[in-house]
Formats: sequence, C-alpha cells, structure tokens
Amino acid sequence: MAITIQIPPPLREQTGGRAEVEVSGATVQAALADLIRQYPGTATKIFDNGQIRPYINVFVNDEDIRYLDELNTQLTDGVVVALIPAVAGG
Amino acid sequence: MASNDFVLGLKCRVCGKLYPKTAARFYCDDDTGPLEVAYDYEKVAPHVSRAKFQARPRNMWRYKELLPLEGEPTVGPQVGGTPLVRADRLAEALGVERLWIKNDAVNFPTLSFKDRVVSVALSKAREFGMRMVGCASTGNLANSVAALGSSAGLETIILVPADLEKTKIYGTAVYGARVIKVAGTYDQVNRLCTQIVQEFGWGFVNVNLRPFYAEGSKTVGFEIAEDLGWRFPQHVVCPMAGGALIGKIYKAFQELHATGIVHHQVTTKMYGAQASGCNPISECVKSGRERHKPIRTPHTICKSLAIGDPADGYFAAQLIRNTGGWAEDVSDAEIVEAMLLLARTEGIFAETAGGTTLAVTKKLIEQGRIPRNEEIVVCITGNGLKTQDAVFEALEEPITIKPTLAEFKALTGLDEPVAEPALV
Repeated sequence: MAITIQIPPPLREQTGGRAEVEVSGATVQAALADLIRQYPGTATKIFDNGQIRPYINVFVNDEDIRYLDELNTQLTDGVVVALIPAVAGG
Repeated sequence: MASNDFVLGLKCRVCGKLYPKTAARFYCDDDTGPLEVAYDYEKVAPHVSRAKFQARPRNMWRYKELLPLEGEPTVGPQVGGTPLVRADRLAEALGVERLWIKNDAVNFPTLSFKDRVVSVALSKAREFGMRMVGCASTGNLANSVAALGSSAGLETIILVPADLEKTKIYGTAVYGARVIKVAGTYDQVNRLCTQIVQEFGWGFVNVNLRPFYAEGSKTVGFEIAEDLGWRFPQHVVCPMAGGALIGKIYKAFQELHATGIVHHQVTTKMYGAQASGCNPISECVKSGRERHKPIRTPHTICKSLAIGDPADGYFAAQLIRNTGGWAEDVSDAEIVEAMLLLARTEGIFAETAGGTTLAVTKKLIEQGRIPRNEEIVVCITGNGLKTQDAVFEALEEPITIKPTLAEFKALTGLDEPVAEPALV
C-alpha cells in the first residue's frame, strides 16, 4: 500500500532533503514506523517516549489525526500523511 | 545604537536551544518547539529608564530597546499608546473597588491590539527583504496586516475562515489585500498557511514571523505598568485565542523588573477568558489537564477568539497556574450582556472578545477568585464596530415619528416640561 508522507523543513535534514517520502502501512503508526525504518534520524524528531511530539501535528488527507483515531487512524492506498509544525497561528 | 543589539537570538521554548536572529525561523530543529526572542537584559538595563521612555512619543515604540528590530520601525510608527481607563462606573456595577480598562479598541490604525504585533512583524519582514506578506486570521489580524501592509507598499495575501463577519472581510479587502476565504475552521486555515510558508517562503506574520510578531504584544503590558505609575496590577484579565497575548503581557512585566525599570517583583495573577463555544485553554486550566484538548469545530459569536487548537495553549495554561490566576469561559448571551454593560457604564464599545473578557471578569469576581478590593485590569483588544451583528438582536429598533412635538410627546409620554436646568 503506497502512502506519501510530507516532510516539514525541520525534518528534511534526516530525509536527505526529501519533502515527500513513499512508505507503506495500514495505520499512521505503521506508516511512521516505515518512515523511521527508511530514515532512522527522523525517530527522535517525531517521537518523544513513544508519543508524537506536542509541536508536530499529523494530518491524513488534511484531517488532524487527533480528530480521527490518533496513531491508529487507518490509511488507504494513495493517501497523503502530512507532518506539520504546530507552532503557528493566533 | 540599534535596538536589536540586545537580542541574543531565538530560543526554543521547549529545550532552550538558541538560534540566530537573522532568519524567519519559527520552530526548533530538534523538537519542533516554538521559538521566542531572547534578550540580554543586563545589556539592556543601562540603556533604558523611565525618563527615557517617557520622553519619547506616546506609542509602542517608546519601549524599542525591548522589541526585536535591527533598526527603527518602518511599519506602524504610530501604533499603540492606547488609554488605560479608570472604570469607576463599571467597577460599581461589578461591585469591585479599583478597575481599569486597557482600551485597545482604539488602537491605531485598525482598532485592535493586532496593530502592535503586525507593525513589529512587518518591520521585521522589511529588514529581511520580504516583499510578499500575509497571515491566517480570525479577522482583526487580517485588517491589520492589510492596512499596515498597504502603508508599507507590501503585497499582502490573507486567508480567513469563510464564515467570518462580513465587516472584517470588507475591512481587509478595502486596503487592496488579496483575501482568500477558506471553507474551514481557523485551525484549517492556519495549517494551510503553514504549508504555504513551507512551499513559498513568504512572510506570514503569525507563522514564520511569529517569534518577532508576538513580541509586539508586550507593549500592552509596558503601557499598563507605565500608566499605573510604573507598577504592576494585582490582577489582569486577558482574552485568549492563540494564547500568546496573556504570556506576553506577563513577559513585559518581568522585563520591566529585569531591566530595573520597576523594582518590585512581579506578583500579578493572570486570568484568561474564552467563549464556552471554543474553550480549549480554559477547559485545560479548569480540568487540571496538562495540555489542552483541541476543539474541532468552534461554535460561538466570538469568532476572533475561535481558535480550537491554540499554538500557545500549553504556555498560557501553565502561566495561569503558575501565577495563581484562573481561566473561565462564558456563553454567547453573557458575551452580549457584557458588551452592553461596558458600553453603558464606560462608553466603550468592545467587540465580542471584549464582551467575553468582561463577562469572564464578572464571573471570576462572583466566584471569589478575584478579590473585590484589589486592582484589576481588563484587556479590551478589539472594537465593537467590527462585530455589530452580535448586538443587533439585543438592541431595540428605534421608533420613527413624524417631525411634530405632538408625536414626540405621545411617544415619550411627556406632557409637561421636565425639570432640567435651564439651557438658555
């Protein structure tokens, strides 16, 4: 199953400059695990003690996963998972 | 000496890592935490004094040593300097002794506190050589970026939730800004703007210019302390949308102490106000939760505070707890009632956010959380003329009469002249 993960600028150093990475996985958790398998440097940037860092938001097809099923949110073929810094606004 | 000589850099609020001040960076590379401007207060101290501030024109730039510009401001040189109004009639209505209104409903040029943050952000954008600027906005920020952007000859692009009040959309487009209505909530607009910034690198005031932008809010705090005679009030009630303003007012007090302008320690208790239809931060404080739970779809007439996932929510809740303050939220009916109360006791027409802040103040006083015999400052951050729809239903439609004395008497029920002092 092909999933595209969009990588924000602060993480691109760990992905060889790539803004998008193709991964596979049936859930957000699995997709992120595959991203980390390909680019181990992203692990500590995204997770802290097994939780997604508070200033990174994860979107599946533009919907915040906190309003879906968090890390267990199901993914279907072709969806876009975006990692976006959460420090803007207001 | 350029004021920016005192800026150490941009510091991550999570891990403390320091970044250079020379780029529009807004997050930490290690943990994506938000960045904040850090100053060397020991270096600032010999360059500032009460007399020096007071000798300058009465606007926000009199505190320029504590603002993050390289040179003089080039956008919004006359912003700020709004009145701190001693509100005795309102105090009496609320049953408290000493109450002040910090009235940013009359801030220049677009009648909200946002002119303060935008003039810092756009002055900074010009220092960075940016030509294209923008923002995600719930309205007031849109007005301000559009007006100040046009005054500086910058191109502006502004994204707002599609259901925003028409007056706020027209009040943005009139300045020639490119306004884009987004079918979604503010948080969705905000997310899109972050993606736009990542893609195009434009200067979005509350995205990549945010660390500089937010510093402008400190001038509300500097002005409150100066107008009280260089001291800090015991209680400050502040509206919360993204949650940055409340923290910056407190930071201002701390900076006045750190630079020797005010000798007393800061003991002010900070209180946050939200609408019940969008209350992530007040819910966080009241429930004792460490981090706010985002609100997916806000439902309130107070659209300017309708941010469901506030960027500074965590820090605002933490500050409120640490200072011994509290947070509350109020219904739409309470918001309107408080807008009328403020207008009818003090002659100040605040927007819905002001109604929210005053209604929360009333609630906190009634709960006994704010003592009736201590000094209270209520921050009014926007003008009621922008959200007139909110009060229309609460007002009586004036009756039309023919231009005759007979009809006037019939309408008012006044047959005999009323005993008033003679006018002639």
